[in-house]
Amino acid sequence: MQLTGADIVVKSLKEEGVKHVFGYPGGAALHIYDAFHRQDDVEHILVRHEQGATHAADGYARSTGQAGVVLVTSGPGITNAITGIATAYMDSIPMVVLSGQVMKPLIGYDAFQEIDAVGISRPCVKHNFLIQNVEDIASTIKKAFHIATTGRPGPVLVDIPKDITADVAEFIYPEALEMRSFLPPRKAENSEILTAVEAILNAKKPVVYTGGGIVLADAQKPLAEFVHKLGFPCTNTLMGLGGFPHSDPQYIGMLGMHGTYEANMAMHDADLIIALGARFDDRVTGTLGNFAPDAKVIHVDIDPSVIDKNIKADIPVVADVKEVLNAFNNELQRREKDINPELIGDWWAQIKQWQSLDSLWYQHSDEVIKPQYVVQKLHEVTGGEAFVTSDVGQHQMFAAQFYGFSDTHKWINSGGLGTMGFGLPAAMGVKVAHRDADVACVTGEGSIQMCIQELATCRQYDLPVKVINLNNRYLGMVRQWQEFTYEKRYSNSYMDSLPDFVALAEAYGHVGMLIEKPADVEGALKEAFAMKDRLVFMDFITDREENVYPMIEAGKGHHEMRMRPGSKTLA
Amino acid sequence: MRHIISVLLENESGALSRVAGLFSARGYNIESLTVAPTHDATLSRMTIVTTGDDRKIDQIEKHLYKLIDVAALQDITIAGHLEREIVLVKVKVEPNQIETLQQIAKGFNCSLSQVNEQLFIIEMSGSCEKVDELLNSLNDGEIIEVARSGAIGICSGESALSIPA
Ligand SMILES: Cc1ncc(C[n+]2csc(CCOP(=O)(O)OP(=O)(O)O)c2C)c(N)n1
Repeated sequence: MQLTGADIVVKSLKEEGVKHVFGYPGGAALHIYDAFHRQDDVEHILVRHEQGATHAADGYARSTGQAGVVLVTSGPGITNAITGIATAYMDSIPMVVLSGQVMKPLIGYDAFQEIDAVGISRPCVKHNFLIQNVEDIASTIKKAFHIATTGRPGPVLVDIPKDITADVAEFIYPEALEMRSFLPPRKAENSEILTAVEAILNAKKPVVYTGGGIVLADAQKPLAEFVHKLGFPCTNTLMGLGGFPHSDPQYIGMLGMHGTYEANMAMHDADLIIALGARFDDRVTGTLGNFAPDAKVIHVDIDPSVIDKNIKADIPVVADVKEVLNAFNNELQRREKDINPELIGDWWAQIKQWQSLDSLWYQHSDEVIKPQYVVQKLHEVTGGEAFVTSDVGQHQMFAAQFYGFSDTHKWINSGGLGTMGFGLPAAMGVKVAHRDADVACVTGEGSIQMCIQELATCRQYDLPVKVINLNNRYLGMVRQWQEFTYEKRYSNSYMDSLPDFVALAEAYGHVGMLIEKPADVEGALKEAFAMKDRLVFMDFITDREENVYPMIEAGKGHHEMRMRPGSKTLA
Repeated sequence: MRHIISVLLENESGALSRVAGLFSARGYNIESLTVAPTHDATLSRMTIVTTGDDRKIDQIEKHLYKLIDVAALQDITIAGHLEREIVLVKVKVEPNQIETLQQIAKGFNCSLSQVNEQLFIIEMSGSCEKVDELLNSLNDGEIIEVARSGAIGICSGESALSIPA
């Protein structure tokens, strides 16, 4: 079949099983947009800003496990998309971004809306391509999806000059791929499994520390089996929340900068850290000099480059974490009689003591709404089953600490890049993939304004997400750092001239709600979530100077957490 | 420690900038970097000379290998290896120094060509150390210009860098 390059692009997407593309048109992409017009297999969702397209595709990908797809034009189209590509890159999210490019003969001549897309995106993509011939479009798109979704996932950019989308070629979608320099991920050696299990069976103070890899590999079931078989405590990173259910008695909470006292102390005092699909990020480890001085480290990850990057692994296992967990479980099954719960009896007694501090406690108020309280009520009203996206700041940490996730793919936040503006478009992308599910975006009055234009997209495509705006009239996380380390000099962390969010939501055709009293929080949430077919923007006026505790401050170790003033102390 | 890493790279546009970008983004040293096609026109061979402790070199190799265009790599410093660099030096000498220059050239096994009465071009190939020595010994004359190729290398043993089957 002879087709234009533009039709080949769209047909290739269909072959990849793509149902939705998030994008924004412009000159260099117009042939492709015309091809979209000729078909209805793949739906194109018109966002209001290219950053929104990338975050929406990202939310779509995180909630489904499939690659999100973006289409933008050259020049400002692709530069606007970069923040969202970088966000996906830092969190290893599968994404394919198609960008229009100026015609081939114009490349290099500073043509109108020309930018070196391959060059500008190179540091924040897993790989990228500039297509040179119409014949290469189909195979390049196939490669892009393969690379984006194989091994450690990530975004892949495909830049397509406009003239190539008008050229004609025979359309044959390749069935197999030949990529001699991109090999499938490594498998674990049996000897590695045996060595790791031996260490596991002898541990007296073990911690299972799991990250986003558990979510990406869909390894929650074998993880639960592993942790339950052994009776070990388990902590999740910010990216890994939901990997192990929050309500499980063996769950000791999130670790890291705003993790629980018990999780961080357990890491510090451990004699064995079993790191599964996690990368010892600096927000997790605190200063490396103080990190887990007595621990042996088993590090399981599909990406060899994270092994020994920040923390030296005693027992590295480079492989898919799900396969490794299955292998661990088989070996533990075989050696069931060697599992000795008594070995970790004292350890659990110690952990229970740390837990008795209740490090996430806060003082409830009848006068002013506490942000933590809103998140707790959000959990209750949604039965803990909602997809929750967030922006970046204090509200993100409150959502992470207090929502309580029971499953993977439900907690969707920008952990690595920390991108304000992520929450609303990500929620939109989630809703496109899960029309019947509750989707909440927990945000702050600062962050929400970075991509608020997507309220219009939600209106156009009927995407009734719920926006939970924890409005403290401050760039709260910045203010908190200024309170702690700059003697309360609140330089530019105050938000003056805030819009009337209720009126704004209504102007976009949605429902707005203003909630100012703690007593109204629950009722308002129930009312909002009962409106299944409406986007409700809930503006919660919260305690201005609430802080996120506990906190590991800069230069400190896991055992030196700053607790909320008035906290209990250990006798 | 100094390491010589040989890399087989897909002969694609942009492959070089991916490697260069990796080194600058992660703050790795590059002492020299050379690249040219191999007998297989679809592959280029790159030689990177870098310095770092074992942990750094391990990270460099892992990150290089993660680049999709990298087909194979080997730290040839570890195994026995041959290392060569080519240098071209343009020097200016007084008439009474010409003889000394000729002796130096002979000593280093270089070829010497004359541009005019005072200007000469010396060409030599050898290890990077040898090239340094040559340049040091030319101190008496006036060095006008130096072009060094950067090191290339190959394993001296039986093993050969090739794409894993
Ligand atoms: C795009 C971007 N710019 C700046 C920052 C730095 N930053 C981190 S948190 C924060 C404040 C966020 O304020 P808000 O959204 O109101 O949330 P709050 O902390 O008050 O809950 C800022 C400015 C960022 N993470 N992202």
